[in-house]
Amino acid sequence: MSRPSNIPRSRWLLAHASVVFAFLYLPIAVLIFYSFNGQGVGGFPPHHLTLDWYRVLFSDGAIWDSVLNSLQVALAAMGISLTFGIPAALALDRAQFPGKALFRRLVLLPLILPGIITGLSLLMLFDLTGTKLSLVTIILGHGTALISVATTEVFAGLQKLDRAQEEASLDLGADYWQTFWRVTVPNLRLPIIGAALLIFTLSMDEIAVSFFLIGRDNTLPLEIWGRLRRGITPEINAVSTIIFIFSLVTIVVWYRLRLRSEGGVDVGTELLETSEDAVAAAASTR
Amino acid sequence: MTSSITTAGVPTVSNPSSTKATLLSIRNVAKNFGRNVVLRNVSLEIAEGEFLTILGESGSGKTTLLRIIAGFETATSGELWMGGERLDHQPPYRRRVNTVFQHYALFPHLTVEQNVAYGLRVAKRPAAEIAQRVTEALEKVKMTAYAKAKPAKISGGQQQRVALARALVNRPRLLLLDEPLSALDANLRRQMQVELKSLQREVGIAFVFVTHDQEEAMVMSDRIALLRSGELEQVASPPEIYRRPATAYVAQFIGHTNLLKAEVRGGVVHWGGVSWPSSLPDGPTLFSLRPEHIRLAGGALAPGAVRVRGRIVQRAFHGATELIRVRCADGQVLAVRTAGGSGVQDPVELEFLPADAIPVRESSERN
Amino acid sequence: MFSRTYKFVITTPPLLWVTVFLLVPYALMFCYSFWSVTPAQAIVHSWNLENYQELLQKSVYWETLLRSMWIAARVMVFSLLLGYPLAYFLSFYGGKRKDLLYQMVIIPLWVSYLVRAYAWKTILGSEGVLNTLLQYVHFTRHPLEFLLYSPFAVVLTLTHIYTPFAILPIYAALEHIPRNLVEASHDLGATPAQTFWKVIFPLSIPGVVAGATFAFVLSLGDFLAPLLLGGPSGIMISNIVVSLFGAAYNWPLGAAISLGMLLIVVSLLFLSERVEKKWSFS
Repeated sequence: MSRPSNIPRSRWLLAHASVVFAFLYLPIAVLIFYSFNGQGVGGFPPHHLTLDWYRVLFSDGAIWDSVLNSLQVALAAMGISLTFGIPAALALDRAQFPGKALFRRLVLLPLILPGIITGLSLLMLFDLTGTKLSLVTIILGHGTALISVATTEVFAGLQKLDRAQEEASLDLGADYWQTFWRVTVPNLRLPIIGAALLIFTLSMDEIAVSFFLIGRDNTLPLEIWGRLRRGITPEINAVSTIIFIFSLVTIVVWYRLRLRSEGGVDVGTELLETSEDAVAAAASTR
Repeated sequence: MTSSITTAGVPTVSNPSSTKATLLSIRNVAKNFGRNVVLRNVSLEIAEGEFLTILGESGSGKTTLLRIIAGFETATSGELWMGGERLDHQPPYRRRVNTVFQHYALFPHLTVEQNVAYGLRVAKRPAAEIAQRVTEALEKVKMTAYAKAKPAKISGGQQQRVALARALVNRPRLLLLDEPLSALDANLRRQMQVELKSLQREVGIAFVFVTHDQEEAMVMSDRIALLRSGELEQVASPPEIYRRPATAYVAQFIGHTNLLKAEVRGGVVHWGGVSWPSSLPDGPTLFSLRPEHIRLAGGALAPGAVRVRGRIVQRAFHGATELIRVRCADGQVLAVRTAGGSGVQDPVELEFLPADAIPVRESSERN
Repeated sequence: MFSRTYKFVITTPPLLWVTVFLLVPYALMFCYSFWSVTPAQAIVHSWNLENYQELLQKSVYWETLLRSMWIAARVMVFSLLLGYPLAYFLSFYGGKRKDLLYQMVIIPLWVSYLVRAYAWKTILGSEGVLNTLLQYVHFTRHPLEFLLYSPFAVVLTLTHIYTPFAILPIYAALEHIPRNLVEASHDLGATPAQTFWKVIFPLSIPGVVAGATFAFVLSLGDFLAPLLLGGPSGIMISNIVVSLFGAAYNWPLGAAISLGMLLIVVSLLFLSERVEKKWSFS
């Protein structure tokens, strides 16, 4: 039970909760609302609802180019994060090696550090090695920063995995490689999908790290950012609304998957020594 | 002070020693969780200073009843009275009732000492008094050496003692214990049963103990209240409940028994090819016959005894005794307890006294 | 059970990647901070301490750093004040709707930072929603200028963004408190209020520290909100770094400041971890 039955219902708590939820959602609601406002952003009350801004948005080539770029980056980053994040989770679960504690922290660090530090440090790496800035450098940045997401989710999944299953597989004659693909990975299906979804979304929204690693081609957030510097247009409201809806859907799906695989949302606290790390794991990268 | 078998389906209650006053009066308490009926119409009087065990299987409602007394659940209907006042109208923190929780519920961020002192601190007792009472309580449960330890560092049995001290130090009028021994291993459990019993005698407070272990209940209690599917089957002292079970369920739940399906006709009980006189009314009647009351027949028939023949189906060696299952003429299997290692030949002849066959009520079906 | 080859294969690739793309870059940042830049805007690898001397001597860096910390501190406090009661409500009063409410807390987290900062920009401007609304209902006659392009706007926006970050670990900590401890406390005579301060709050401290650290650290290093909403008086330390890597072209100096920030952040993380360990009892 969630509360002892003799505890009085608290009106203040409910009121406070409502206020905080309002605080969290009202700005977004305003944004969405004004994307339909004929007079543009600002001004109250809103007049003249219209879909004009969405029409403008759809014919905006630069935005679509940047969307395409973002998609490429997100998919590639997903690939990198999963490719290195899954073995990392396995290594943390099963192997002992010198520097393991440092490794664990290093992997989780990008989530807690302000993005500027991650972005700049990578920038210096690329500068020193003479690598030109482009979508590739962004991909490397996202991929690296988001490894921790893959690692945390998969690690949590590993804790739920019954070791005996893998032992049974080995016992029945399958070697490690076969066991990995036939037993381990299928059991990790849900965490991996969850991680993939999360990485994808975070990469699509990422701006702080991308800020420093960008070459000629813009990702969507950076394209929006560029326009913001020049002034506010309601077109931005429109694209923001669309982004919001996509994020909403993705996160709800991710959450449902999580529920299904764990019966509760305890964010991989096994890997992490402090709940602070747990927040980092639950949070987006900047 | 006798228990009587009623036909109306009302559970039998026998009063404790008539010199003990009633401490807590539970009147017609019922509890539903949504459509799930957990307790139906439970009435019970708990006497000052008695050790009462609420015994039942899981799902019988015993823990719910305890929680209602403690104040963590509110009864759907019914009343609780203590000391002339309505108890169920008070929140748990105002009741002079304390609980020892099943998993101890010690505060992990406080030391053993601080845990025990908790209730006194909350009541704002003077520091000197707190220190003295805490020391006393810890001595009583033999945990003085661990006063400064944190709960995570002590064993399960030790945590249990601390939980006990923490509850008792507040001098409650009633102590509730929710299956406190279930997490302990068998030996420790037996040891704690003895200690708890003597502790209760020492402090003189009424203990209400909840368990599913009938042996435990028999060992420790002044009275046992057997709960089944939310209703009391019987409330009596251990000897009483053992020797005079009110229903078939009680007879089977407490100890082993044989249930004889017999028929009474014209003042004679007929069963398994034998018969004996009885003053019971006509009709099908169930009898409870304990295995230890059946003897291996030998020599002359004892006066008034009844003999049946049968074939041995199974023998189980229990050390001091043996439990032998014998199939009799009409197919019924009797369990017979004999001294271990007694030479038994197949087929056997069994003998018992009709007086040991106790008529019991059929237990009604309850969902 | 797992062979040496298996362990080697799962350990080496991630280890290598992390070394190259995390460890080495930090080390490079360290190196850069000791180099300098020529007037011709070329970076010279001559090792010296000039950057650090500059930082220690020029007051603008200290002032900005302190202002940034002050902003971050306010964000931290407001996030906790807003977030703790909500987390408590969710954990103890959530009941059947707990899942739904939890989702409602994490959804804003995942909605783009940019979208949320932009939303505030449109609301707080002098032509913005809030000002026009206030004038429309005749609450004010002129637009309130302090709403935008001020530290106020930065604190408000960052609080909006980081409150969910604060809620999550507090909620996790509260959920981990066995409910029978609450019952035990009541059983021993403590009222709900006493139970909160003596049992629930102490046991939730690790979560509070985690949330606080998070809100503080991320706010400290933020540069986007100040750029969008801060105006000249809302410049934060990261903005200085950004300009040093941009128009003001002095990478080594920027690296030095970044390194300083990194050290501050890592120290705070270390400290908060110590505090959390001390207050964690499971």
